[in-house]
This record gives sequence, C-alpha cells and structure tokens, in this order.
Amino acid sequence: MRYAMAVDTLKCVGCSDCVVACQTENNVPIGFCRDWVVEVTDGTYPRLEIEIRSERCNHCENSPCVRCCPTGASHYAEGGVVLVTPHKCIGCGACIASCPYDARYPHPDGYVDKCTFCLHNRVEKGLDPACVSVCPTKCMYFGDLDDPNSPVSKVLKNRKYKTLIPEAGTNPQLYFLL
Amino acid sequence: MKEEIIVSGRLNHLIDPQLHIWHWHIPLYLFLGGLAAGILFFAALYTILGKEKEYPTAVKLAPFLTPALLSIGLLALFLDLNHKLYFWQLYTTLRLESPMSWGAWTLMVVTPASIVWCALHIRELFPNWDWKFNWLKAVETFFNQYKQHLAWVLLISSLILGVYTGILFSAFNARPLWNTSILGPLFLTSGLSTGAAAIVLMSKKASERHNFARIDLMLIGIELFLIVHMFMGFLASTQVHIEAAHLFLGGPYTVPFWLFVVMLGLVIPALLEFLELRGFHMPYFIAPVLVILGGLIFRFIIAYAGQASRWLY
Repeated sequence: MRYAMAVDTLKCVGCSDCVVACQTENNVPIGFCRDWVVEVTDGTYPRLEIEIRSERCNHCENSPCVRCCPTGASHYAEGGVVLVTPHKCIGCGACIASCPYDARYPHPDGYVDKCTFCLHNRVEKGLDPACVSVCPTKCMYFGDLDDPNSPVSKVLKNRKYKTLIPEAGTNPQLYFLL
Repeated sequence: MKEEIIVSGRLNHLIDPQLHIWHWHIPLYLFLGGLAAGILFFAALYTILGKEKEYPTAVKLAPFLTPALLSIGLLALFLDLNHKLYFWQLYTTLRLESPMSWGAWTLMVVTPASIVWCALHIRELFPNWDWKFNWLKAVETFFNQYKQHLAWVLLISSLILGVYTGILFSAFNARPLWNTSILGPLFLTSGLSTGAAAIVLMSKKASERHNFARIDLMLIGIELFLIVHMFMGFLASTQVHIEAAHLFLGGPYTVPFWLFVVMLGLVIPALLEFLELRGFHMPYFIAPVLVILGGLIFRFIIAYAGQASRWLY
C-alpha cells in the first residue's frame, strides 16, 4: 500500500478551506497550520501566469526527517505515511531542520507535529483526509497508488504532474497536476 | 518575474518567515564539544606516545576542564529540547542513520571517560587527595592498570565527538550550506585547534607552549585549506549551493565570517604564533584567546547561516 495525494493546480482557487478543515479536524494549535496554500505568479503584466498549490507534508518515500530522528519518533506508518509518535519525540528539532519543505513545526506541547494524511482519524475509517473532503472545487485526490482504481492512481494516469524539489532526493508523494 | 507567496497566511513559530529552530544552544554545545574533544585527544595522544613528562599540562591538567565543558554543553543541549521530559528516549535506541543518535551515545562514552581521566590525575591538583572509601580506591587502581586502554578509548571517542559536531549539520540536505561533507573534518580541525590553544593558555612550560603553538599553526593551515575547499565545492555545485556560498560572499554573513572567523580567528593568530616561534616575544595568550573566540563565532555563524539557506521551489 502506498498512500499519496494529488492536487490539481488548475482547479485550486486558493480559498484556504483545506487549511481551516485541517486545523478543525486535527486540533491544530492556534497560530499553526499543517497545510498551506502557495500562489506563484510568473511573468510581467499583462502576460501573467498563476499557479496555486495546496501544500503539506510530502510523505516522502526517502524521508530526511525519518532518517535523522535520533529516537525513532518519526517513522513510516501504514501506506508509507510519515508520522511522529509524540511520547517518543524529544523535540530536538533535527527533523524540522531536515525537511526541505518546512512542513513540520514544534507543537506548543513540545513534540514535533505535521500533516498525518488524517491516517488514524479518517483514512482508516474509509474517509478521505479532511482537506480533500472539504475542498469546494474538488481539486484534491487521495488514495492508494498500488490500487489502479483509486482516485489518485486514475488522475495521475491521465494528467501531467510534478512533485516539489524532486532533486532533493526525497521522492515526495504529494503530486501537483498541471 | 516569478513571485511565490504563501497566501493562506502560514506563520508557524520558529519556521516562518525563516527557519530558526536552533538558537544559541546548539552552536555553543558544538563549540564546547569540539574544545573538549581537542583537549582529550591531545591528552590521550601524548599518553599513548609516553610523553606525559614533556607535556604535563596537556596530559594531566587541561583534561580537568573537559567534564565541565561537556556538562555545560549537555545542559545547553537539554535546554534546546522542546519536549524535555522525554530526553531519555535518546538512550532507548541507537540509530546509526541519525548523527544526533550516535552523537548522544558518543557523549555517553566520552563524558564518563573524561571524569575517570581526571580522577586518575587528581593528585596533580591536590597532592594530599584521599578517596575516603575503599571501593573508590579500588576503582582508581583498576583504571590505573588500564590507563593505556583508557587513553585509546579517549583518543578514538574524542575524534568521533569532534567530527560528529560537523556531521550533525552536514547530514541535513534541506539546508544547502550545511550539506557539505567538508563540515565534519572542518569542525574536527577547528575543535583540535581550540583544544591546542587552551593547552597553550594553561601551560607554564615554554617548550610545551611552543609545541602546541606549532601544532595549532598547522591546524589553522588545514582549516584555511578546508574553508577554501568548502567554497570551491559550493561554487561548483547547484544553484542552491551557490546561493548558500553567497551568504558569505557578499551576503549578510560576509563581514562576520571573513573578519571575525578568518582574520581574527585564524590568520592573525597564525601570524602571531609564527612570529612567536621565530623568536619574537609577545604576550603569548593573545593568539590562543583569538583562536578560541574564532572557533566559538564560527559555530554560531554556521548554525545561523545554515538555517537561512534553503531549497527554493
């Protein structure tokens, strides 16, 4: 099993509903967020191009954060989802420094926190992650890459896509449809 | 023109707008660890070579600093943790992939070994020292028998400690400035250099001071070579590495680095030591003090500048 997510940059309008849904679903402490929206403007007026991306942890297959964690708190869970076990985390910050996407943050309670793909609270119950299910333009696809009929497999088969900083060698599992 | 902004207002504390997860604790610890590693390395080396009599400060006196240096360093590391009460989780596992893990275990070897080393030489400081308890005397006798073995343990573990202070940074490919394998040898050399400088400062014997000034001069030469090498590597690498090098070549860290680390911390003390060895007499403490301060500032600059360097996408 290999969980992955695809975000359609052509459908995303940057409304930030995914951010609010995540904060509500996962009790993200006030002032923090596990996902965010990036807007890239390219060109010179009037020839402008815009790309909007809803970003979060890339759940990399070769995660620098899992590699550098001294206690094993950062680990690969079911389907390759990268998770942090709070009671094993010492809050040393190594994983935060190691993430090229700056996807992690220190939770006010001390441990390091990040996107979980809603693995335990939703995905294991057969639901989509909160950000995916709430998206008003339905621009996000989630599922198992090993299953050819999952929404994410289907959309990646038919569309052009990219990942973020593939040259960092992390093999990210968050895909952006172009 | 390409402009990239986070429109959902992400402002995660210590991450945005620029990563600042590590403050003064980590560079201070890396400096103290390197200094302790340097002192212990020379103590072990001259014990193994059988030169305790020629270099009494290096073998018997300077190591008394190391338990304190390591303890302060460990305290700084502890203060840096955000989930402090779980620090013991470090010692429930050994993960060779994680420099922080095997570094923590190295400290668990070096720190007790340095304390034992001091205990074996306590009579250098207090000639009438009495251990009071018989079992402590037995422990002392035991380690005295195996002093050469202990020296070997210290020699190897101090080298690992010294090189680890650099590898800790170089293992992070997310921060291009840190992501160079030169950083391990560079921090090791710098640690040995500050260790030699500390011995020069403490020694009352002219021949010993001269020997360590000569060693320090050689180490400074290697350090300068490694620094030039590091920048050559960056400038011949990818865009993010070139940008990382430019933090020091015209960017915000240019003046602190070239003035305080390279000039005041390496070039000027090297000149002073060279003149001293050539027979020009000057206050001998200036060069080692500059070397030690330079080593401290070097750690701070690398720690802070590294967090300012990043991949762009």
